[in-house]
Amino acid sequence: MYDLIIVGGGPAGLTAAIYAARRAMKTLVLAKEFGGQAVYASKVENFPGIDLIPGYELMEKMKGQAERLGAEVKYAETTEIKNENEFFSVRDKEGNSYEGRSLILSFGAVPRKLGLPNEDKFKGNGISYCATCDAPFFKNKNVAVVGGGNAALDAALLLSKFAGKVYLIHRRDEFKAEEVRVHDAKNLPNLEIILNSEVKEIKGDKNITGVVVEKIDSGETRELEVDGIFIEIGHIVESEFISKMVTLDERRQIVVNDRNETNVPGVFAAGDATTVPWKQIVIAAGEGAKAALSAYSYLQKIK
Amino acid sequence: MAEIILNDQNFEGEVLKSDVPVLVDFWAPWCGPCKMMGPIVDEVAKDMEGKAVKVAKLNVDESSATAEKYNVMSIPTFKIFKGGEVVDEFVGVQSKEEIVKRIEKIIG
Repeated sequence: MYDLIIVGGGPAGLTAAIYAARRAMKTLVLAKEFGGQAVYASKVENFPGIDLIPGYELMEKMKGQAERLGAEVKYAETTEIKNENEFFSVRDKEGNSYEGRSLILSFGAVPRKLGLPNEDKFKGNGISYCATCDAPFFKNKNVAVVGGGNAALDAALLLSKFAGKVYLIHRRDEFKAEEVRVHDAKNLPNLEIILNSEVKEIKGDKNITGVVVEKIDSGETRELEVDGIFIEIGHIVESEFISKMVTLDERRQIVVNDRNETNVPGVFAAGDATTVPWKQIVIAAGEGAKAALSAYSYLQKIK
Repeated sequence: MAEIILNDQNFEGEVLKSDVPVLVDFWAPWCGPCKMMGPIVDEVAKDMEGKAVKVAKLNVDESSATAEKYNVMSIPTFKIFKGGEVVDEFVGVQSKEEIVKRIEKIIG
């Protein structure tokens, strides 16, 4: 029996593990993958105290720190959680089960898809959700980037260094991204910005040959010849497996209060899977710390 | 069994002419999720010890000819080769169980 089981191994879950281990709680972290979205960031420049670090390295440090302090970490995809009143039982995809007196849900969010019929077929064959991973494969090729936030602008700016031509497609008439990034993008000779437009169709047989883009106001379409499409349209929380247990909001995020409590006593949540605004590494880490301290005080009370 | 480190030179001998199926992890040092998969693939290699399969890694940065030949456009990409042919492939971060399941399906 663990004092605490943490579901998810990103910044929130690993920081929770660090705090819990330092309170001598017997802690297990179950993670489908370690590091979460942070490992997709080629550079992190806003984590306090660290000027610049690759996201992967930052997360490796957090994981090492949690393990050295005594938390147990295991690669496992959680598929089911049951409230057994005195404790919680957690099952993974392999069929293993674990028991814990308290829980922290910190399983984060996954990239949102465009939702086009052949999108999955082209994943790895021209569709990418990770520009830092895949940009070098598009040397002198044409690519489209879809989205209007910082991630989309970063992808477009990075791709402009490799690709022949970059189309940046956004469905609104202005970007959500920071002004500096937008300014940089507007000044690139090989980057074309296409606003008020949506991707309607992906063309190609084995590999992608183009995209059909439609102007939202006029319905006018245009076909762009591209070999790759980078999708950066935000993230969604995959919370179906706990939807019967904890309260979710309309975006399927776990509803928490300012002590990271969910509606179920003993179940806490932190990071991008929750309703807490601003999805940032430092915020997820801070929320993970809060959730661990709340779990600690919960366990003190029920003893 | 440790993983085999592949390059453009030894790919044919180690993979295409292998007597047993080979899982190849296409990765690069600039790719965070690839590095994240590193220890998972290490565990797969350990689990597969004594079985009729090889686990191998190819750095697409150093061995771009092979990566290009097999149309790798997104990493991490995993391909399972049997008798010189690609018999299964999957892209992106995977759980250890998923990789093991796919290998076992091929080695029977």
